[in-house]
Amino acid sequence: MERSLTSARIQQRIGFSLLGLVTFATVLPVLLIIGFIIVKGAPAISWEFLTAMPRNGMRDGGILPAIIGTFYLTLGTAIFSVPLGIAAAIYISEYAPDNFLTRLIRIAIINLAGIPSVVYGLFGLGLFVLFLRLGTSILAASLTLSIMTLPVIISTAEEALRSVPQAFRTVSISLGATRWQTIWRIVLPQAMPGIITGIILGLERAAGETAPILFTGAAFFLPRLPQSPFDATMALPYHIFVISTSVPGMPIQIQYGTVLVLLVFVLGMNLIATLIRQRARARRQW
Amino acid sequence: MVNPMEKIRIEHLSIRYSDGTESLRDICLSIPANQITVLFGPAGGGKSTLLRALNRLNDLADVQEVSGQILFNGVNILDPGVNVVNLRRKIGMVFSRPVVLPLSIYQNVSYGLELMGERRKSKLDEAVERALRRAALWDEVYDRLKDPASAISGGQQQRLCLARVLALEPEVILLDEPTSALDPVSTARIEGLMQEIKEQYTIVWVPHNVQQAARMADYAAFFLQGELVEHGPGETLFVKPRDQRTQDYVTGRFG
Repeated sequence: MERSLTSARIQQRIGFSLLGLVTFATVLPVLLIIGFIIVKGAPAISWEFLTAMPRNGMRDGGILPAIIGTFYLTLGTAIFSVPLGIAAAIYISEYAPDNFLTRLIRIAIINLAGIPSVVYGLFGLGLFVLFLRLGTSILAASLTLSIMTLPVIISTAEEALRSVPQAFRTVSISLGATRWQTIWRIVLPQAMPGIITGIILGLERAAGETAPILFTGAAFFLPRLPQSPFDATMALPYHIFVISTSVPGMPIQIQYGTVLVLLVFVLGMNLIATLIRQRARARRQW
Repeated sequence: MVNPMEKIRIEHLSIRYSDGTESLRDICLSIPANQITVLFGPAGGGKSTLLRALNRLNDLADVQEVSGQILFNGVNILDPGVNVVNLRRKIGMVFSRPVVLPLSIYQNVSYGLELMGERRKSKLDEAVERALRRAALWDEVYDRLKDPASAISGGQQQRLCLARVLALEPEVILLDEPTSALDPVSTARIEGLMQEIKEQYTIVWVPHNVQQAARMADYAAFFLQGELVEHGPGETLFVKPRDQRTQDYVTGRFG
């Protein structure tokens, strides 16, 4: 009796240790990458690196146009994808009847999220750059990134709206609210933290992508900052690709430094999303 | 023809859900004004469905077929042309679980008025205080009206739900097992409260047990599997029911 109990306990300990080890193994690469990039990239970071134009065939100077470009692209993506995404999520979650068409739309959205990003790039090239004659521009690239980001925003926003208890809606309606009043005053505020998290995660992906902007708005090198939405722009992810593959004699620490800047940009957004989620969870009353 | 004491008249009402579950069959019932009418019977009898038909809350559910009439102040509220928003203001509802909106105590009460477009602070303050006093909650919350409504106890929350309905100055109050989630003390408070205010309103109450039905009923209607078995003044229906099934249920032979 005693013996079998002890062996069960040993088994449990081995089991838990294994699970712990596996968990650690999945986290390890992330920690290694981040640590490696920080160690290698930090020496390159300076005020000049962040605020100066590239010089000497990008082998010297700073990466300001790439930083600004990524900022513009992220902003442009937000302008298109946030209102559209939230509107679509509200429609699907609150208004759409549960029928074949709605289910089809939902499946389409989920599948949209699985399309390789280079396909979005080619689609953007065909539709925005060529057909709509926007040229390779911030506008065309932002629109392309928006289409890629939309499914992420729609599905997380829909999830957030759905998680608001049905009872709130019933009560609100019973007090003489219209459906829209109920959504505007009760459902949307409650779902907002979840929606914002989805937006940030979607934009974060957009900020880090290379392929969708490759044919639609990213420039190899520009001597000046973009002046309008119709200009092409440099951007961090594409810049990293360029300086790692196409510039001979590229100082290695500039490459690591640029990667570090992108990583901080993206992980910073991730951190904000996490903080919003935690704050909302602590405040939630249901 | 219209009885001055009659607030709502239900004529040949039948309701069927699309999945064929709980339904009502040919219900005819007159609900008297300024009294408590109790709709009781075992689960699945159609009481809640009837209650929700009275303020068209069934519109949200998967109802396949409705026939018959519900006359409220002489107007058939099942008419598609009826303004349901106005209807729901006149016929308020308290639910079985105290569901407070994720707002402050004050905002929970002012919510319905703000929906109507009332923005004047003085009007809202006045209405909130009046409603909270009538729901016997004012003395317990007057100094923390800005706190989240979820911070007060379950019994207080249910009185807040009542106050929220009262703020709209309704004519009819529907209560769907309002005390099923409450302790006996809170239950007694709600019951006492409704007895106090019933003269100014028309109250339709679905109780969660027979004892409460008997305690509260001025008028009572017994429902069994979608059928209205019998109805009459509370004192006769619980003491001398005409139908054997009512007799069996009231005396606890089934249920």
